[in-house]
Amino acid sequence: MQVTVKVFRFNPEKDKKPHYETYKLDAQPTDRVLDMLEYIKGYFDGTLSFRRSCAHGICGSDAMRINGRNYLACKALLKDLHSKKITVEPILGLKVIKDLIVDMEQFFANYKSVMPYFVNDEPPPPQERLQSIEERERFDDTTKCILCACCTTSCPIFWASDQYLGPQAIVAAHRFIFDSRDKATVERLRILNDQFGVYRCHTIFNCTECCPREIEITQAIGEVKAAIITGRVD
Amino acid sequence: MKKHQFDVIVIGAGGAGLMAALYASKTANTAVISKLYPTRSHTGTAQGGVGAALANEEEDHWEWHTFDSVKGSDYLGDQDAIEFMCYEAVQAVYELEHYGLPFSRTPEGKIAQRPFGGHTNNETGKPVRRACYAADRTGHMILQTLYQQCLKNNVNFYDEFQVVDLLVVNGAAAGVVAIELGTSELHVFHAKSVIFATGGHGRVWDITSNAYAYTGDGIAIPMRHGIPMEDMEFFQFHPTGIYKLGILITEGVRGEGGVLINGKGERFMERYAPKVKDLASRDVISRAMYLEMKAGNGINGQNYLYLDVRPETVNKYAALDGRRRPDGSPYTMTGEEIIAKLPDIVDFARTYLGVDPVAQPMPVQPTAHYTMGGIPTNKYGEAVSDENNTVMPGLYAAGEVACVSVHGANRLGTNSLLDLIVFGKHAGLRAAEYALGADFQPLPEDPTEFTRAQFDRIRNAQGNEKILEISSTMKTVMMDSVGMFRTGDGMQSALETVRELRERYKHIPLHDQGMVFNTELINIWELGNLLEIAELTTVCALARTESRGAHARDDYPKRDDVNWLKHSLAWVKPNGEIELRYKPVVITKFQPKERVY
Repeated sequence: MQVTVKVFRFNPEKDKKPHYETYKLDAQPTDRVLDMLEYIKGYFDGTLSFRRSCAHGICGSDAMRINGRNYLACKALLKDLHSKKITVEPILGLKVIKDLIVDMEQFFANYKSVMPYFVNDEPPPPQERLQSIEERERFDDTTKCILCACCTTSCPIFWASDQYLGPQAIVAAHRFIFDSRDKATVERLRILNDQFGVYRCHTIFNCTECCPREIEITQAIGEVKAAIITGRVD
Repeated sequence: MKKHQFDVIVIGAGGAGLMAALYASKTANTAVISKLYPTRSHTGTAQGGVGAALANEEEDHWEWHTFDSVKGSDYLGDQDAIEFMCYEAVQAVYELEHYGLPFSRTPEGKIAQRPFGGHTNNETGKPVRRACYAADRTGHMILQTLYQQCLKNNVNFYDEFQVVDLLVVNGAAAGVVAIELGTSELHVFHAKSVIFATGGHGRVWDITSNAYAYTGDGIAIPMRHGIPMEDMEFFQFHPTGIYKLGILITEGVRGEGGVLINGKGERFMERYAPKVKDLASRDVISRAMYLEMKAGNGINGQNYLYLDVRPETVNKYAALDGRRRPDGSPYTMTGEEIIAKLPDIVDFARTYLGVDPVAQPMPVQPTAHYTMGGIPTNKYGEAVSDENNTVMPGLYAAGEVACVSVHGANRLGTNSLLDLIVFGKHAGLRAAEYALGADFQPLPEDPTEFTRAQFDRIRNAQGNEKILEISSTMKTVMMDSVGMFRTGDGMQSALETVRELRERYKHIPLHDQGMVFNTELINIWELGNLLEIAELTTVCALARTESRGAHARDDYPKRDDVNWLKHSLAWVKPNGEIELRYKPVVITKFQPKERVY
């Protein structure tokens, strides 16, 4: 079928402000938006710029705003968009560098600020540290995060201020806070209790709705809030 | 042009690169240069598990793992290196757990393990639970955990920098040249040790599980400097890629009891591998699938088969096989258990196939998956430059880009993640040790001269060729003629096509002449790498007149240990000619014998 793809364009070396270009192409219902962008780049305009790598929803390179909602372009199939008109724009809240490529530095800085790494300075046993199936299950959901930024850049609070850590950084912290083996919970909760921390979340649920890994992000944020209030992790 | 100086430079931020960086940075000033943000690396897509004989679920021994890997390699793997890897595996996996990796757990709280293709109890010949897993996202968890530990240890990162050249001075590595993708500015990284950890090149083939980024940069760059490549004819096709898309469906599906079914409804692997059936090694299964489809036994006569993991199917064949749980009770699976153990597979099938794998079988076909060949190294990750294993000072390689060789002619599932962590670690240690005792080589007078010449040719190319047309012709011809089954005539014709494509490649005009994120420029450069690798692969495959592991020839259907129990080494000479030489396989305990699964 023929589809119309309207793409946000901005070339900082030529354009004073962004504009949209529209392309018409034939596509199959099972085609990914990423396939269409590759086609446009290959046959219509080689200057079109976007990030991509694994093309099946794991590497997290190609987060974009597609018909007004954040998706990974490789996980957005034409048949699931229920429209022959597709608008592709960069994710919001981060500076656009070129076309669909945004500056990810602030996003990664927020991630790095929550101590997103395992801390346990006790000497490890000769074999593995033991962890029950239930203890492991407690933080399973947030281990799925691929740092694609769909959540954080769908959050109106983050749009208003990129000082807000954003859903992704809280998810990253949650993964360690609820890991029975980790020993840095107090320090992480202190970071998240900051004025730009977890309380900026107004439970708008945009993050949860668009997470390509189907992580229950708002719930994870709620669990971190509860841990701060009660001083308990359970 | 900007200049930087480090003791150790690591190129690539997947499992091998990050492990190398973690170890090198303990003693040496180290930086990682990666064309992707580290968490985008292809290690993240590995699913089923990392092999190590922990014996958490049943009896197992690292010596069994060694034999299985030797047999899996079709006796082309170097046995000293395989022993080293399988022995080190156990501590390496514990170390990952100590870094916080969230492995799935057994009821006793230990690391959970599942069966995988080619991994057996050496006494009974039956599958053994050796793959240590974190649901079906083991690679994702390894990548995340190692990146997190690198952050904790303040490793230096240059993200979104494309390395495009290796500097070789006085026969030693002296650094690399990279393009900063955001600005196109050239950076020279002056280093005492350079570790390539850039992954593979599956984008040479049409149906592939590999990422767009998998363009063989770490093969193409050193080979332009006279460094040979080992065993390039061996490329693995994984049996279960999603039909038409090639997206990987882990062997863990079959580990959990899934089976392959043909158009007649038969579990055909019984005929090809009577003992382990659907858990034979990948080369054996992919070839069986090809033969089934060729015989008209595809689903509806088409070029695909079913991977069936519906609970009723799993339970039926588990009962027929007499499969039991570790506690001795009969093995059964419910739909909920399948979803819990294979959540990403369920998601891929629903998203890309519109199939719910708990209720319907999944259409699959073999998919280009893994590079067995690469930069020849010894078991410490040191690159060797000839058939006498002469070490090239300052150059290291680890992971998929390297050929130690622990995978020989065919890699066993779970041994790639293992390769990353074991050889990444040792390459990092050796590179740091060497750097601390060595002086910097002087930089060449004009270190970016070769790079500028390469990119000026791309920027100034005249013509109307299209990148997508050239790449798709290459992928199709390589899939058809230098894929799972090969013949001399077919490969000769493929070689001619690839050489024509290399000429046409020079006439791709560059539309984007800008400096900011010029992805078109980089894509054209990457295609150049793929074309050179396609040619090299074909030349090596044409020369090897036998069938072994992943290299299967219709015109030479038997393994020939008299003439071909040896590694190939291929040099690209300055005039473009390819020279082949060979070196012996290291055999310690296991004399080659016929492979039966």
